[in-house]
Amino acid sequence: MRPLRITGDIGGLPDHAFGPASLGWWGTVGFMLIEGMAFLLAAGAYFYLMSDESTWPPGGQPPSLLYGTLFTALAVLSEAPNVWLSRRTHAGDVRAIRIGLWIMVAIGVALMVIRGFEFGALNVRWHDNAYGSILWALMLMHTVHIATDLYDTVVLAVIVALHAPDSRKRSDVADNVMYWHFVVVTWLAIYVLVYLLPGHAK
Amino acid sequence: MRPAIFSAILLLAGCRGRQNALDFASDQSSAIGDVWHLMLVVCGVMYLLMMLLLGWAIWRALKARAASHDARTAAPGVDRKWRAALAAWSALIVLGLFVLAGGSFLVDRRLARGEDPNALQVRITASEWWWQVEYLDPAPSHTIVTANELHLPVDRPTHVELRSNDVIHSFWVPNLNGKTDLIPGRSNFQTLTPRRTGRWRGQCAEFCGLEHARMAMDVTVHDAAGFAEWQAAQRALAKAPDTPRRTEGQHVFMTSTCASCHTIAGTDASGKVGPDLTHLASRHSLAAGALPLDAKTLAAWISQPHAEKPGTNMPATDLPPDRLGALVDYLMSLR
Amino acid sequence: MNTARELDATWADAPGWRGWIATVDHKRIGRRYLVTAFVFFIMGGILALVMRTQLAYPNGHVVGPDRYNQLFSMHGSSMMFLFAVPVMEAVAVYIVPLMCGTRNIAFPRLNAFSYWIYLFGGIMIYAAFFLNVGPETGWFSYVPLAGPQFSPGKRTDFWAQMITFTEVAALAVAIELIVTILKMRAPGMTLARMPLFLWSMLVTSFMVVFAMPAVMLASSFLIMDRLVGTHYYNAAEGGDPLLWQHLFWFFGHPEVYIIFLPALGMVSSITQTFARRPVFGRLALVVSLVATGFLAFGLWVHHMFATGLPRMGNSFYTAASMMIALPSGVQIFCWMVTLGTGRPKFSTPLLFVIGFFITFVLGGLTGVMQASVPLDLQLHDTYFVVAHFHYVLIGGSVFPLFGAFFYWFPKFTGKALNETAGKWTFWLFFTGFNVTFFPMHIAGLQGMPRRVYTYPGDMGWGLWNLMSTAGSYLIAISMLVFIVNVVRTLRSRETAAENPWDAPDLEWAAASPPAKYNFAAVPVVTSDTPLWTERDALGALSGLRDDRPEVLITSAVEAAPQIRWGMPSPSVWPLVTALGLTVMFVWSIFTPWGIVWGAIPFAIGATVWFWPKRSQPGLESES
Repeated sequence: MRPLRITGDIGGLPDHAFGPASLGWWGTVGFMLIEGMAFLLAAGAYFYLMSDESTWPPGGQPPSLLYGTLFTALAVLSEAPNVWLSRRTHAGDVRAIRIGLWIMVAIGVALMVIRGFEFGALNVRWHDNAYGSILWALMLMHTVHIATDLYDTVVLAVIVALHAPDSRKRSDVADNVMYWHFVVVTWLAIYVLVYLLPGHAK
Repeated sequence: MRPAIFSAILLLAGCRGRQNALDFASDQSSAIGDVWHLMLVVCGVMYLLMMLLLGWAIWRALKARAASHDARTAAPGVDRKWRAALAAWSALIVLGLFVLAGGSFLVDRRLARGEDPNALQVRITASEWWWQVEYLDPAPSHTIVTANELHLPVDRPTHVELRSNDVIHSFWVPNLNGKTDLIPGRSNFQTLTPRRTGRWRGQCAEFCGLEHARMAMDVTVHDAAGFAEWQAAQRALAKAPDTPRRTEGQHVFMTSTCASCHTIAGTDASGKVGPDLTHLASRHSLAAGALPLDAKTLAAWISQPHAEKPGTNMPATDLPPDRLGALVDYLMSLR
Repeated sequence: MNTARELDATWADAPGWRGWIATVDHKRIGRRYLVTAFVFFIMGGILALVMRTQLAYPNGHVVGPDRYNQLFSMHGSSMMFLFAVPVMEAVAVYIVPLMCGTRNIAFPRLNAFSYWIYLFGGIMIYAAFFLNVGPETGWFSYVPLAGPQFSPGKRTDFWAQMITFTEVAALAVAIELIVTILKMRAPGMTLARMPLFLWSMLVTSFMVVFAMPAVMLASSFLIMDRLVGTHYYNAAEGGDPLLWQHLFWFFGHPEVYIIFLPALGMVSSITQTFARRPVFGRLALVVSLVATGFLAFGLWVHHMFATGLPRMGNSFYTAASMMIALPSGVQIFCWMVTLGTGRPKFSTPLLFVIGFFITFVLGGLTGVMQASVPLDLQLHDTYFVVAHFHYVLIGGSVFPLFGAFFYWFPKFTGKALNETAGKWTFWLFFTGFNVTFFPMHIAGLQGMPRRVYTYPGDMGWGLWNLMSTAGSYLIAISMLVFIVNVVRTLRSRETAAENPWDAPDLEWAAASPPAKYNFAAVPVVTSDTPLWTERDALGALSGLRDDRPEVLITSAVEAAPQIRWGMPSPSVWPLVTALGLTVMFVWSIFTPWGIVWGAIPFAIGATVWFWPKRSQPGLESES
């Protein structure tokens, strides 16, 4: 191998970081790009199928707004504890991190319960027609994201309860917060497609 | 040089053929042929230039091996000259692509010219693995329904509507035009303006399942008189049986399962599942070109279609030999 | 040296099979990816030999229509999903960290996981094939033919799920490569100085991220239509068969550039090294790579010209499809000038690059022909297209791949493949390839559609088909020569020089084969041809810990040192998680509840994988 001539030392550099210096951040962003693209394409499929119909929905009632709007309200409100958790994580406040994670878990569980009711109130089944199929697809995709983020948050909450989080683990919490932003923002777009366009677009 | 060699090869290989995209027999295929020739020239020149450049590079390389200088860091002057050449090369490519895109676009416009009110109207509906061909006409007695054969008048446009009963197929008669898909749930269209009489062959060009390879279309282009004759014959009701054996054959047809799938105009048989058999014996082949049409093959087809074309939707019909013979005799009389 | 011994211990795997299944070493994983991909290449090739034998004569009886349809579906799926993309990733997984000057790929456990998922998906689909439940509707499986009504049974479901396996693996590797290339480059290796192979893998990886979700969505919709009665593609209930085509080709067109771009990076590496001068037109080459990556997403409708879409839209795709020829043409010019103004040595790697020039350009030009809508309507779905895509895929990707394999073999193994056998491989392959595929252009123009299990004797296609079959056997022989060469070289004791080609890139500064930890310190780079600029010792930075696996994270553009990052230890949990995910995927072929129940083993595996270890000093378990 080629001999190496030492010209400097980087041993003094820290071994953790928040944000783009951390690989965990990049992994999270990468996942957001992939899933974001999947949502974008699903939205594309939605508009494509809608263009083939003269009314939207092609028959039957559009989804009822109650549970979907309740979900949206809770999701938007959840950004408050989410952002608070992010700040406390950067500050290294272990107690706040532990509390914050369990708050997010509770919110996640509540959202999943509301989501269950939403499926029953869509007024169409996935096997009724293509409109029903794409609506259910969008809802299911988003539900999977909530479910997996909820699971991640539970695991993080347990880990952090068992040992105080070091800087790497705090960085993981910050990445989880970032991913929750993604879950909320994508929901806003899907809310429009599932609840606002049917009955009003055509 | 390359286009000439290419064309020579093609000539040797036979630029003529009855299912051949380079043997132009219509306005449409000739127009496409213009694009092909333009492409051959421009792409041929580009390929030649690139091979010359490669040849130069290899020749220079072989020469440089003999030289002793260390070419590790290229002299800046050398590269500057080549940067200008790169710009010229890029400009040449852009020019070539513009010419090709322009030529293609012009032909595309030519082919898209508005529908001719005098055009013959035909509707082709594809199923796994045969073609239903209907000649539409405002007067119901002038409509024709046949299968697996297309007859066209020369020098007159025919407007073809393309539909599918099941999966995606593709209608392609290369001597006459490019291909167009037949997609369930929509209608596609194609216009054919043949300029030569003769017989051509088309084939399904979108993989459609087990017997995709054997879903051919027999195309005949007639002169005006010939076409009128064909039309008149096809518009007529089915020929009534004129011998006792053929009468028995018709009876076999009506009392077996045949009539539930097939139509013979002028009889009680009005099944719509399989091909119309009113003028079966006037056709050139059987099972969408899979078999020649004669008494023997027809008998085999009726009794054991899966041996001839595995997977076909035509069910086997088990008949004792004499009844089968009568049936075939009757069907072969349906000119 | 103490440091070297400590590093060895820190980065070592457990001995024997336990180390083998738990390894997170990118070199071990890259090698197994390579071997596996090559096995699928040979298997896909054997399928093609059977197809060609059936088509050698009209009305052939070697196989019937059902078997033939499975053969061409498996051949295409095997080559595209199990060979072409994975093999490029394999080379990248091995070479990219070394070329960056770092000690491992980013997210090493994810890397291990991605290999297992790929392997299990490949095993599943071949098992299905041997059990007569293999795919039968082609590698792009159009609906409604592939839908529940016209393809009953589980064949198409196995195919659709195989896509899920391979796409998860490819996405994982893409993220690893993006992060490695952007965040783990040696200090001094700014984006401007970054080798072209790293540029090509960076662009490719972004393309994977944006293209693969489309096929994931398409195949999920297909599985749902077949399994739970949705109607995405069912025209009778508001769905559209063309939705499948749009979603599939939105992925499918970038897919072929995903296969092609890494090969372009390989061509740049080999050309530069063998011409013995820095590549000419570096900026133009980088811009061309990036432009190709973008343009590739704007072409997909050219696969659908025959479907009856509006004319105006089609013209846009004609223009875009032609435009993509420009960056390719620019790159070829740059390479040829590099060769012509350098001092090339015509060893096997360079021969394959020359073979690439001759064949890929021809394939690219037949692609330009098909960009024209009217002409495409004649050529589409005929043997002309079959010729075209084999010229661009084999010429454009497989030739550079073989060149790269001969080029980097000394790095992988410390031994050099036999040159004479290499030249025989090249000439047999090049000749066999052209004899096989050139006549297909003619057959297509003469009316032969594709995907036909036989053809009539009176069409005049017999001669071309016979030639193609003969050529395919020649290709098979060239592969035998190649395999024998590899096996004998691996068995021999002769070692090669450490940098036998006197190449300039950083991977050649490591030992051949590299130490477990790649580099004892962090190399510093001062030019785009580091080993030519510094002829003696390379500058390097000390400071990474020896007692735990650590890499240096640098900034994305300037490659300035930012932080040290602890890497995870070997673990069996990526394998366990992959098994769990396999259970979930295969189960859900048969019932939607498979997703729910199968999620349990998957979640268990993933949780233990990420669970922090108290044994590691100051390091939490990482991906």
